[in-house]
Amino acid sequence: MSAARGRAGWTACFLGVVRRELLRFLQQKERFLAALVRPLVWLFIFAAGFRAVLGVSIMPPYQTYVLYEVYVVPGLVAMTLLFQGMQSSLSMVYDRETGTMRGLLVSPYPRWFLLTAKLSGAVLVGVAQAYAFLGIAWLYGVEAPPLGYLTVLPALALSGMLLAAIGLFLSSAIRQLENFAGVMNFVIFPMFFASSALYPLWRVRDGSPLLANVALANPFTHCVELIRFALFMQVNWLSLGVVLAMGGAFLAAAFWAYDPARGLMARRR
Amino acid sequence: MTDAAPAALEVDGLSFAYGKKKALDGVSFTAPAGAFTALLGVNGAGKTTLVNLVTRLFAAREGRIAICGRDLGSAPGAALAQLGVVFQSRALDPNLTVAQNAVYHGALHGMGRREALSRAEATLARVGLADRMRERVGRLSGGQQRRAEIAQALLHGPRLLVCDEPTTGLDIESRAAIVRDVHALAKEEGVGVLWATHLVDEIDAEDGVVVLDAGKVIAAGRAADIAEGRPLADAFLALTGAAA
Repeated sequence: MSAARGRAGWTACFLGVVRRELLRFLQQKERFLAALVRPLVWLFIFAAGFRAVLGVSIMPPYQTYVLYEVYVVPGLVAMTLLFQGMQSSLSMVYDRETGTMRGLLVSPYPRWFLLTAKLSGAVLVGVAQAYAFLGIAWLYGVEAPPLGYLTVLPALALSGMLLAAIGLFLSSAIRQLENFAGVMNFVIFPMFFASSALYPLWRVRDGSPLLANVALANPFTHCVELIRFALFMQVNWLSLGVVLAMGGAFLAAAFWAYDPARGLMARRR
Repeated sequence: MTDAAPAALEVDGLSFAYGKKKALDGVSFTAPAGAFTALLGVNGAGKTTLVNLVTRLFAAREGRIAICGRDLGSAPGAALAQLGVVFQSRALDPNLTVAQNAVYHGALHGMGRREALSRAEATLARVGLADRMRERVGRLSGGQQRRAEIAQALLHGPRLLVCDEPTTGLDIESRAAIVRDVHALAKEEGVGVLWATHLVDEIDAEDGVVVLDAGKVIAAGRAADIAEGRPLADAFLALTGAAA
């Protein structure tokens, strides 16, 4: 049937999976609220409190001294994408436990395509959350150039795809929903704190060269920097390369993991 | 069935193991189109493993599966397009309405929203749930949810319907109604049905039966022939007892 329906069938399938992700998100209003409150707490409380301690000097992409709130916003935007990526991973584990994922996996369309559609839905939700946060930050007085809100879109989409792909790969390895919280502690917090989200790498290097190197190897750092530069209408080529390469690698790993013949899912009863 | 028409399901020499534990061992059988074939076995006989292989949740490493003549290994898309599935555990999203679930399922088979809704009206009417389209699945009774799952599995017009113990947890009345409906479906619409169960009272005398025990087919044929004049339950117990 899939072949007979041609391009229209593929499009309908893709849009149907994305629509379901959006529907689920719209039905969980508290999830949207939680996704917003988390970075806002960091912005209103942490950033305001640490403004004096963590003043930031001139560094690309900024052309003047910036307040700590301005520095921290791209990191908090990336944080919303990180949590959304893990949330979509959690929903995959939940779907698997409740059995609803089976409907997806017995579709005649290839799994890589179905998983890409699911990821795209998750990215769309993450980007909407990121823009909602940027809007509140703007009202709070943390402004980027107006055009920056447009140029940041591809950076948000690429970063969201990388983080959701990491979540998807993890979901294939997590056997039960109960294990999820533990795994998240070993993923979200190290990724967030060992990155340039809260402090510039040059400052970290002063305190701990090792931590700075770890942060440089952390894909989340490159999501943050890609977003930071894009918000100020610039491209951080290193970060773009890392996000693209790591995104491709984690997508390939997730496709492999969900392959019924070879992947991790094939080894589980 | 004519000679030219392929069987709804052909399983040939199928084996599968979880690590070193063999779950299926050289299983071969055919489920004809337009007929109800029961896959009968006690818990742990390998029924669900077989269903997982037929639905490609697991990939077969040994043996061959063909759905309506399409090889599941070499042409999974074409084979799965002919397949509708009702799993043992619920597969509908309880937070979405019956219609929203149908639209999602239709999309997974390449259907647009309008087409999926129109087909859902027809398949839901068939199982007596036409008036529940806008109801959240979580608010339906257990029997209604199973019926909605069957309607959804039929949405894309499959030629093979695989049901894995679909009456588990239902009351006697709901069970009987669902079994009756699926028998009628096979007869009236020519859909081949593979019905995995351990409940012999769900099987009619004219149904095909494949008895699975410890991963092997120990008997296959018409239920009345397997029973040999006895109640089918007695014949089943004698067969599985003998195999043990």
